[in-house]
Amino acid sequence: MDTYYHPKDLAHFSGMGKGNPGLWDKFMAYYGAVFAEGALTEREKALIALAVAHAVQCPYCIDACTQACLEKGSNLEEMTEAVHVTCAIRGGASLVHGVQMRNVATKISM
Amino acid sequence: MPSPSRSLQARGSALASPAEQVRILDSEMGLARFDETITGAGLEPLRATGIEVLQINVGKRCNQTCRHCHVDAGPDRLEEMSRETAESCIAALARSDIPTVDITGGAPELNPSFRYLVEESGRLGRRVMDRCNLSVLLLPAQSDLAAFLARHGVVVIASLPSVVPSQTDAQRGGGVFAKSIEALKRLNAAGYGKEGTGLVLDLVTNPVGAFLPPAQKVQEAHFKDRLFREHGIVFNSLHTITNMPISRFLEFLLESGNYEGYMRRLVEAFNPAAVSGVMCRYTISVGWDGRLYDCDFNQMLDLPLAYGAPGHVRGFGALDLRTHRIRTGNHCYGCTAGAGSSCGGATTEIR
Repeated sequence: MDTYYHPKDLAHFSGMGKGNPGLWDKFMAYYGAVFAEGALTEREKALIALAVAHAVQCPYCIDACTQACLEKGSNLEEMTEAVHVTCAIRGGASLVHGVQMRNVATKISM
Repeated sequence: MPSPSRSLQARGSALASPAEQVRILDSEMGLARFDETITGAGLEPLRATGIEVLQINVGKRCNQTCRHCHVDAGPDRLEEMSRETAESCIAALARSDIPTVDITGGAPELNPSFRYLVEESGRLGRRVMDRCNLSVLLLPAQSDLAAFLARHGVVVIASLPSVVPSQTDAQRGGGVFAKSIEALKRLNAAGYGKEGTGLVLDLVTNPVGAFLPPAQKVQEAHFKDRLFREHGIVFNSLHTITNMPISRFLEFLLESGNYEGYMRRLVEAFNPAAVSGVMCRYTISVGWDGRLYDCDFNQMLDLPLAYGAPGHVRGFGALDLRTHRIRTGNHCYGCTAGAGSSCGGATTEIR
Protein backbone atom coordinates (compact mmCIF):
# COMPACT_ATOMS: atom_id res chain seq x y z
CA MET A 1 0.00 0.00 0.00
CA ASP A 2 1.32 3.45 -0.87
CA THR A 3 1.75 5.84 2.05
CA TYR A 4 3.25 9.27 2.67
CA TYR A 5 5.74 7.79 5.17
CA HIS A 6 8.19 5.03 4.16
CA PRO A 7 10.42 3.58 6.95
CA LYS A 8 13.32 3.18 4.51
CA ASP A 9 13.24 6.92 3.73
CA LEU A 10 15.03 7.62 7.01
CA ALA A 11 18.19 6.18 5.44
CA HIS A 12 17.78 8.69 2.59
CA PHE A 13 17.69 11.74 4.87
CA SER A 14 21.12 12.84 3.65
CA GLY A 15 19.58 13.25 0.16
CA MET A 16 18.27 16.60 1.49
CA GLY A 17 21.87 17.82 1.19
CA LYS A 18 21.73 17.63 -2.60
CA GLY A 19 19.47 20.67 -3.00
CA ASN A 20 21.67 22.96 -0.92
CA PRO A 21 24.85 21.36 0.43
CA GLY A 22 25.89 24.49 2.31
CA LEU A 23 22.73 24.67 4.39
CA TRP A 24 22.78 20.89 4.92
CA ASP A 25 26.37 21.00 6.21
CA LYS A 26 25.52 23.85 8.57
CA PHE A 27 22.48 21.94 9.86
CA MET A 28 24.47 18.75 10.41
CA ALA A 29 27.29 20.59 12.21
CA TYR A 30 24.73 22.28 14.44
CA TYR A 31 22.86 18.98 14.99
CA GLY A 32 26.05 17.21 15.99
CA ALA A 33 27.02 19.99 18.39
CA VAL A 34 23.58 20.01 20.00
CA PHE A 35 23.69 16.29 20.79
CA ALA A 36 27.31 16.23 22.00
CA GLU A 37 27.99 15.86 25.73
CA GLY A 38 27.62 19.28 27.37
CA ALA A 39 25.89 20.59 30.47
CA LEU A 40 23.45 17.76 29.74
CA THR A 41 24.66 14.22 29.06
CA GLU A 42 24.16 12.54 25.68
CA ARG A 43 21.73 10.16 27.40
CA GLU A 44 19.63 13.02 28.78
CA LYS A 45 19.57 14.77 25.40
CA ALA A 46 18.42 11.59 23.68
CA LEU A 47 15.51 11.30 26.15
CA ILE A 48 14.52 14.94 25.50
CA ALA A 49 14.70 14.24 21.76
CA LEU A 50 12.47 11.20 22.20
CA ALA A 51 9.88 13.28 24.04
CA VAL A 52 9.99 16.00 21.36
CA ALA A 53 9.72 13.37 18.61
CA HIS A 54 6.42 12.28 20.15
CA ALA A 55 5.25 15.87 20.46
CA VAL A 56 5.91 16.57 16.76
CA GLN A 57 4.69 13.04 15.94
CA CYS A 58 7.48 12.37 13.46
CA PRO A 59 7.73 8.59 12.83
CA TYR A 60 11.29 8.91 11.52
CA CYS A 61 12.33 10.79 14.66
CA ILE A 62 10.60 8.22 16.90
CA ASP A 63 12.48 5.38 15.16
CA ALA A 64 15.84 7.15 15.37
CA CYS A 65 15.40 8.52 18.89
CA THR A 66 14.24 5.16 20.30
CA GLN A 67 17.38 3.51 18.94
CA ALA A 68 19.52 6.41 20.20
CA CYS A 69 18.02 6.22 23.71
CA LEU A 70 18.72 2.47 23.94
CA GLU A 71 22.26 2.95 22.63
CA LYS A 72 22.86 5.72 25.20
CA GLY A 73 21.87 3.32 27.99
CA SER A 74 18.27 4.28 28.73
CA ASN A 75 15.73 1.57 29.41
CA LEU A 76 12.07 1.17 28.49
CA GLU A 77 10.94 2.38 31.92
CA GLU A 78 12.79 5.70 31.48
CA MET A 79 11.72 6.10 27.85
CA THR A 80 8.08 5.49 28.75
CA GLU A 81 8.30 8.21 31.42
CA ALA A 82 9.74 10.58 28.79
CA VAL A 83 6.72 9.94 26.54
CA HIS A 84 4.41 10.60 29.50
CA VAL A 85 6.13 13.97 29.90
CA THR A 86 5.16 14.71 26.29
CA CYS A 87 1.63 13.57 26.99
CA ALA A 88 1.34 15.68 30.15
CA ILE A 89 2.59 18.83 28.45
CA ARG A 90 0.45 18.33 25.35
CA GLY A 91 -2.60 17.54 27.49
CA GLY A 92 -1.86 20.45 29.79
CA ALA A 93 -1.46 22.74 26.79
CA SER A 94 -4.97 21.82 25.65
CA LEU A 95 -6.39 22.17 29.11
CA VAL A 96 -4.84 25.57 29.78
CA HIS A 97 -6.61 26.87 26.66
CA GLY A 98 -9.77 26.15 28.58
CA VAL A 99 -9.08 29.41 30.37
CA GLN A 100 -9.60 31.15 27.02
CA MET A 101 -12.82 29.19 26.56
CA ARG A 102 -13.98 30.27 29.99
CA ASN A 103 -13.05 33.91 29.32
CA VAL A 104 -15.01 33.95 26.05
CA ALA A 105 -17.95 32.14 27.55
CA THR A 106 -18.02 34.53 30.49
CA LYS A 107 -17.82 37.54 28.21
CA ILE A 108 -20.70 36.57 25.94
CA SER A 109 -22.91 34.97 28.53
CA MET A 110 -25.44 36.68 30.74
CA MET B 1 8.55 -13.93 21.29
CA PRO B 2 9.05 -16.60 23.98
CA SER B 3 12.53 -17.38 25.23
CA PRO B 4 13.79 -20.69 23.77
CA SER B 5 14.39 -23.26 26.46
CA ARG B 6 16.50 -25.49 24.23
CA SER B 7 19.51 -24.98 21.97
CA LEU B 8 19.22 -24.53 18.21
CA GLN B 9 20.81 -27.95 17.85
CA ALA B 10 18.26 -29.67 20.12
CA ARG B 11 15.42 -27.98 18.22
CA GLY B 12 16.84 -29.18 14.88
CA SER B 13 17.13 -25.60 13.61
CA ALA B 14 18.97 -24.98 10.35
CA LEU B 15 20.84 -22.22 12.21
CA ALA B 16 22.60 -24.86 14.31
CA SER B 17 24.84 -25.29 11.28
CA PRO B 18 27.81 -22.87 11.15
CA ALA B 19 27.77 -23.16 7.34
CA GLU B 20 24.16 -21.95 7.24
CA GLN B 21 25.04 -18.99 9.46
CA VAL B 22 27.97 -18.07 7.20
CA ARG B 23 25.70 -18.38 4.15
CA ILE B 24 23.25 -15.87 5.67
CA LEU B 25 26.05 -13.51 6.70
CA ASP B 26 27.49 -13.67 3.18
CA SER B 27 24.16 -13.06 1.42
CA GLU B 28 23.86 -9.88 -0.63
CA MET B 29 22.13 -6.97 1.11
CA GLY B 30 23.71 -4.06 -0.70
CA LEU B 31 26.15 -3.56 2.19
CA ALA B 32 29.94 -3.44 1.89
CA ARG B 33 31.62 -6.74 2.76
CA PHE B 34 33.89 -6.58 5.83
CA ASP B 35 36.99 -7.43 3.83
CA GLU B 36 36.24 -4.58 1.40
CA THR B 37 35.71 -2.20 4.30
CA ILE B 38 39.01 -2.94 6.02
CA THR B 39 40.80 -2.81 2.66
CA GLY B 40 39.27 0.63 2.11
CA ALA B 41 40.46 1.67 5.57
CA GLY B 42 44.00 0.45 4.78
CA LEU B 43 43.82 -2.24 7.47
CA GLU B 44 43.95 -5.36 5.27
CA PRO B 45 45.23 -7.98 5.96
CA LEU B 46 44.42 -8.03 9.64
CA ARG B 47 47.30 -9.55 11.62
CA ALA B 48 47.95 -10.50 15.23
CA THR B 49 50.08 -8.13 17.27
CA GLY B 50 51.34 -10.76 19.74
CA ILE B 51 49.42 -13.32 21.75
CA GLU B 52 48.56 -12.10 25.24
CA VAL B 53 45.54 -14.32 25.95
CA LEU B 54 44.94 -18.04 25.59
CA GLN B 55 41.17 -18.31 25.59
CA ILE B 56 40.01 -21.85 26.31
CA ASN B 57 36.41 -22.71 25.52
CA VAL B 58 35.83 -25.86 27.55
CA GLY B 59 32.48 -26.72 26.00
CA LYS B 60 28.88 -25.92 25.26
CA ARG B 61 27.27 -27.24 28.43
CA CYS B 62 25.48 -24.54 30.41
CA ASN B 63 22.75 -24.31 33.05
CA GLN B 64 21.14 -21.40 31.14
CA THR B 65 19.79 -20.97 27.59
CA CYS B 66 20.26 -17.25 26.90
CA ARG B 67 18.55 -15.83 23.82
CA HIS B 68 21.65 -14.06 22.51
CA CYS B 69 24.14 -16.91 23.11
CA HIS B 70 26.71 -17.07 20.30
CA VAL B 71 27.77 -20.56 21.43
CA ASP B 72 24.28 -22.11 21.27
CA ALA B 73 25.08 -23.41 24.74
CA GLY B 74 22.58 -24.99 27.11
CA PRO B 75 21.76 -27.88 29.40
CA ASP B 76 21.11 -30.08 26.35
CA ARG B 77 24.62 -29.60 24.90
CA LEU B 78 27.07 -32.36 25.79
CA GLU B 79 30.25 -31.26 23.96
CA GLU B 80 32.97 -30.64 26.53
CA MET B 81 36.75 -30.57 26.66
CA SER B 82 38.34 -33.86 27.76
CA ARG B 83 41.03 -34.08 30.43
CA GLU B 84 43.52 -35.04 27.70
CA THR B 85 42.81 -31.85 25.72
CA ALA B 86 42.92 -29.77 28.91
CA GLU B 87 46.38 -31.24 29.57
CA SER B 88 47.40 -30.29 26.01
CA CYS B 89 46.29 -26.72 26.75
CA ILE B 90 48.46 -26.59 29.87
CA ALA B 91 51.40 -28.09 27.96
CA ALA B 92 50.97 -25.42 25.25
CA LEU B 93 50.81 -22.74 27.91
CA ALA B 94 54.01 -24.05 29.49
CA ARG B 95 55.77 -23.81 26.09
CA SER B 96 54.76 -20.16 25.76
CA ASP B 97 54.99 -16.93 27.72
CA ILE B 98 51.31 -16.02 27.25
CA PRO B 99 50.43 -14.14 30.45
CA THR B 100 46.64 -14.67 30.62
CA VAL B 101 44.35 -17.70 30.43
CA ASP B 102 40.69 -16.87 29.77
CA ILE B 103 38.35 -19.81 30.45
CA THR B 104 34.93 -19.71 28.85
CA GLY B 105 32.07 -21.96 27.70
CA GLY B 106 29.06 -22.68 28.12
CA ALA B 107 29.34 -22.43 31.85
CA PRO B 108 33.04 -23.35 32.12
CA GLU B 109 32.79 -24.25 35.79
CA LEU B 110 30.63 -27.28 34.87
CA ASN B 111 33.52 -28.93 33.02
CA PRO B 112 35.27 -31.52 35.26
CA SER B 113 38.65 -30.13 34.09
CA PHE B 114 37.85 -26.49 34.97
CA ARG B 115 39.55 -26.59 38.36
CA TYR B 116 42.55 -28.45 36.89
CA LEU B 117 42.97 -25.68 34.29
CA VAL B 118 42.75 -22.98 36.98
CA GLU B 119 45.22 -24.70 39.29
CA GLU B 120 47.78 -25.58 36.62
CA SER B 121 47.62 -22.16 34.93
CA GLY B 122 48.16 -20.59 38.34
CA ARG B 123 51.09 -22.92 38.99
CA LEU B 124 52.65 -21.61 35.76
CA GLY B 125 52.24 -18.08 37.10
CA ARG B 126 49.58 -17.03 34.62
CA ARG B 127 46.62 -14.75 35.31
CA VAL B 128 43.38 -16.72 35.06
CA MET B 129 39.96 -15.34 34.05
CA ASP B 130 36.63 -17.14 34.46
CA ARG B 131 33.71 -16.05 32.23
CA CYS B 132 30.93 -16.78 34.67
CA ASN B 133 27.16 -16.72 34.14
CA LEU B 134 26.67 -16.11 37.91
CA SER B 135 23.73 -18.50 38.39
CA VAL B 136 26.20 -21.42 38.27
CA LEU B 137 27.40 -20.30 41.72
CA LEU B 138 23.99 -21.26 43.16
CA LEU B 139 24.07 -24.87 41.95
CA PRO B 140 24.40 -27.23 44.94
CA ALA B 141 27.47 -28.94 43.41
CA GLN B 142 29.19 -25.53 43.09
CA SER B 143 28.63 -24.32 46.65
CA ASP B 144 32.40 -23.94 47.16
CA LEU B 145 33.00 -22.23 43.79
CA ALA B 146 33.34 -18.65 45.09
CA ALA B 147 35.87 -19.78 47.70
CA PHE B 148 37.80 -21.80 45.10
CA LEU B 149 37.99 -18.85 42.70
CA ALA B 150 39.06 -16.51 45.51
CA ARG B 151 41.71 -18.93 46.75
CA HIS B 152 43.30 -18.98 43.29
CA GLY B 153 42.89 -15.24 42.66
CA VAL B 154 40.85 -15.92 39.53
CA VAL B 155 39.52 -12.79 37.80
CA VAL B 156 35.74 -13.23 37.51
CA ILE B 157 34.08 -11.78 34.41
CA ALA B 158 30.36 -12.08 35.09
CA SER B 159 27.43 -11.52 32.76
CA LEU B 160 24.72 -9.08 33.77
CA PRO B 161 23.05 -7.33 30.83
CA SER B 162 20.91 -4.93 32.81
CA VAL B 163 20.20 -3.62 36.30
CA VAL B 164 16.48 -3.86 35.42
CA PRO B 165 15.21 -7.37 36.38
CA SER B 166 12.80 -7.73 33.43
CA GLN B 167 15.57 -6.81 30.94
CA THR B 168 18.05 -9.34 32.31
CA ASP B 169 15.37 -12.04 32.44
CA ALA B 170 14.27 -11.26 28.86
CA GLN B 171 17.77 -12.07 27.62
CA ARG B 172 18.94 -14.76 30.02
CA GLY B 173 15.75 -16.51 31.17
CA GLY B 174 13.09 -16.09 33.85
CA GLY B 175 14.45 -15.62 37.37
CA VAL B 176 18.06 -15.15 36.26
CA PHE B 177 18.30 -11.56 37.55
CA ALA B 178 17.43 -12.63 41.10
CA LYS B 179 19.93 -15.50 40.92
CA SER B 180 22.60 -13.18 39.52
CA ILE B 181 22.12 -10.74 42.40
CA GLU B 182 22.42 -13.58 44.93
CA ALA B 183 25.59 -14.82 43.19
CA LEU B 184 27.13 -11.35 43.13
CA LYS B 185 26.49 -11.06 46.87
CA ARG B 186 28.31 -14.37 47.40
CA LEU B 187 31.26 -13.13 45.33
CA ASN B 188 31.34 -9.87 47.31
CA ALA B 189 31.24 -11.90 50.54
CA ALA B 190 34.29 -13.85 49.28
CA GLY B 191 36.08 -10.51 48.81
CA TYR B 192 35.45 -10.01 45.10
CA GLY B 193 35.14 -6.41 43.92
CA LYS B 194 36.23 -5.07 47.29
CA GLU B 195 39.08 -2.66 47.74
CA GLY B 196 42.28 -4.13 49.14
CA THR B 197 41.47 -7.78 48.42
CA GLY B 198 43.01 -7.89 44.93
CA LEU B 199 40.07 -10.03 43.85
CA VAL B 200 38.71 -8.61 40.59
CA LEU B 201 35.03 -8.83 39.70
CA ASP B 202 34.16 -7.31 36.33
CA LEU B 203 30.69 -7.32 34.79
CA VAL B 204 29.76 -7.75 31.13
CA THR B 205 26.66 -6.22 29.56
CA ASN B 206 25.27 -7.06 26.12
CA PRO B 207 22.36 -5.00 24.74
CA VAL B 208 18.98 -6.62 25.31
CA GLY B 209 18.03 -6.28 21.64
CA ALA B 210 19.13 -5.23 18.17
CA PHE B 211 21.09 -2.10 19.00
CA LEU B 212 24.64 -1.08 19.95
CA PRO B 213 25.80 -0.90 23.57
CA PRO B 214 26.01 2.47 25.36
CA ALA B 215 29.26 4.24 26.24
CA GLN B 216 31.15 1.94 28.60
CA LYS B 217 32.19 4.48 31.25
CA VAL B 218 28.73 6.05 31.41
CA GLN B 219 27.04 2.68 31.77
CA GLU B 220 29.60 1.54 34.36
CA ALA B 221 28.73 4.53 36.56
CA HIS B 222 25.01 3.74 36.15
CA PHE B 223 25.51 0.04 37.07
CA LYS B 224 27.69 0.92 40.07
CA ASP B 225 25.12 3.37 41.37
CA ARG B 226 22.08 1.11 40.94
CA LEU B 227 23.69 -2.15 42.12
CA PHE B 228 25.11 -0.53 45.26
CA ARG B 229 22.02 1.54 46.07
CA GLU B 230 19.51 -1.25 45.49
CA HIS B 231 21.50 -4.37 46.42
CA GLY B 232 24.68 -3.28 48.24
CA ILE B 233 26.77 -4.90 45.46
CA VAL B 234 30.20 -3.64 44.37
CA PHE B 235 32.32 -4.55 41.35
CA ASN B 236 35.45 -3.29 39.58
CA SER B 237 34.71 -2.54 35.91
CA LEU B 238 31.94 -2.94 33.37
CA HIS B 239 32.65 -4.26 29.86
CA THR B 240 30.14 -3.40 27.11
CA ILE B 241 29.98 -6.06 24.39
CA THR B 242 28.09 -5.86 21.10
CA ASN B 243 25.84 -8.80 20.25
CA MET B 244 27.37 -10.83 17.44
CA PRO B 245 24.91 -11.63 14.60
CA ILE B 246 25.45 -15.40 14.84
CA SER B 247 23.80 -18.44 16.44
CA ARG B 248 20.86 -17.69 18.75
CA PHE B 249 21.16 -13.90 18.39
CA LEU B 250 21.01 -14.42 14.62
CA GLU B 251 17.84 -16.45 15.19
CA PHE B 252 16.36 -13.56 17.20
CA LEU B 253 17.32 -11.06 14.46
CA LEU B 254 15.76 -13.15 11.71
CA GLU B 255 12.57 -14.04 13.60
CA SER B 256 11.97 -10.47 14.78
CA GLY B 257 12.60 -8.94 11.34
CA ASN B 258 15.64 -7.05 12.64
CA TYR B 259 18.44 -8.79 10.73
CA GLU B 260 18.87 -6.35 7.85
CA GLY B 261 18.48 -3.27 10.06
CA TYR B 262 20.99 -4.58 12.59
CA MET B 263 23.58 -5.45 9.94
CA ARG B 264 23.12 -2.00 8.39
CA ARG B 265 23.60 -0.42 11.83
CA LEU B 266 26.85 -2.38 12.35
CA VAL B 267 28.19 -1.52 8.89
CA GLU B 268 27.31 2.17 9.15
CA ALA B 269 28.93 2.33 12.60
CA PHE B 270 32.19 0.69 11.40
CA ASN B 271 35.00 2.44 13.25
CA PRO B 272 38.55 1.95 11.92
CA ALA B 273 39.90 3.05 15.32
CA ALA B 274 38.11 0.09 16.93
CA VAL B 275 40.03 -2.42 14.80
CA SER B 276 43.35 -2.03 16.60
CA GLY B 277 41.97 -3.36 19.90
CA VAL B 278 39.85 -6.29 18.73
CA MET B 279 40.58 -9.46 20.65
CA CYS B 280 41.63 -11.57 17.67
CA ARG B 281 44.80 -9.47 17.46
CA TYR B 282 46.04 -10.64 20.86
CA THR B 283 44.10 -13.86 21.53
CA ILE B 284 44.22 -17.47 20.48
CA SER B 285 41.00 -19.35 21.03
CA VAL B 286 40.98 -23.10 21.76
CA GLY B 287 37.83 -25.11 21.10
CA TRP B 288 36.51 -27.91 23.32
CA ASP B 289 38.12 -30.42 20.94
CA GLY B 290 41.50 -28.62 20.94
CA ARG B 291 41.18 -26.92 17.57
CA LEU B 292 42.56 -23.38 17.26
CA TYR B 293 40.76 -20.20 16.15
CA ASP B 294 41.35 -16.45 16.03
CA CYS B 295 38.43 -15.83 18.38
CA ASP B 296 35.44 -17.46 20.07
CA PHE B 297 33.14 -16.18 17.29
CA ASN B 298 35.20 -17.77 14.52
CA GLN B 299 35.14 -20.92 16.63
CA MET B 300 31.34 -20.98 16.62
CA LEU B 301 31.28 -20.37 12.85
CA ASP B 302 33.72 -23.25 12.36
CA LEU B 303 36.39 -20.98 10.85
CA PRO B 304 39.67 -22.35 12.27
CA LEU B 305 43.05 -20.61 12.04
CA ALA B 306 44.12 -20.39 8.42
CA TYR B 307 47.06 -19.18 6.33
CA GLY B 308 49.40 -21.95 7.51
CA ALA B 309 48.87 -21.55 11.27
CA PRO B 310 48.67 -24.70 13.40
CA GLY B 311 45.25 -26.33 13.61
CA HIS B 312 45.33 -27.97 17.04
CA VAL B 313 46.56 -27.01 20.49
CA ARG B 314 48.93 -30.01 20.41
CA GLY B 315 50.83 -28.22 17.62
CA PHE B 316 50.72 -24.86 19.29
CA GLY B 317 53.88 -22.80 19.58
CA ALA B 318 53.43 -19.16 20.54
CA LEU B 319 56.13 -17.97 18.18
CA ASP B 320 54.15 -19.37 15.24
CA LEU B 321 51.27 -17.09 15.97
CA ARG B 322 52.64 -13.72 17.01
CA THR B 323 51.96 -12.02 13.70
CA HIS B 324 49.73 -14.55 11.98
CA ARG B 325 47.03 -13.43 9.58
CA ILE B 326 43.52 -13.35 11.01
CA ARG B 327 40.54 -14.93 9.31
CA THR B 328 37.73 -12.40 8.91
CA GLY B 329 34.13 -12.32 7.66
CA ASN B 330 31.03 -10.13 7.76
CA HIS B 331 30.40 -11.09 11.40
CA CYS B 332 33.55 -9.06 12.24
CA TYR B 333 31.44 -5.90 11.95
CA GLY B 334 30.12 -6.94 15.37
CA CYS B 335 33.51 -6.22 16.97
CA THR B 336 34.33 -3.06 14.98
CA ALA B 337 31.10 -1.04 15.20
CA GLY B 338 30.85 2.08 17.34
CA ALA B 339 33.25 2.05 20.27
CA GLY B 340 34.35 -1.47 19.28
CA SER B 341 33.74 -4.67 21.16
CA SER B 342 35.94 -7.39 22.55
CA CYS B 343 36.00 -9.79 25.46
CA GLY B 344 37.46 -6.88 27.43
CA GLY B 345 34.63 -4.57 26.38
CA ALA B 346 34.83 -1.45 24.20
CA THR B 347 38.11 -1.35 22.28
CA THR B 348 38.36 2.44 21.98
CA GLU B 349 37.68 3.46 25.59
CA ILE B 350 40.76 3.86 27.74
CA ARG B 351 40.31 2.18 31.10
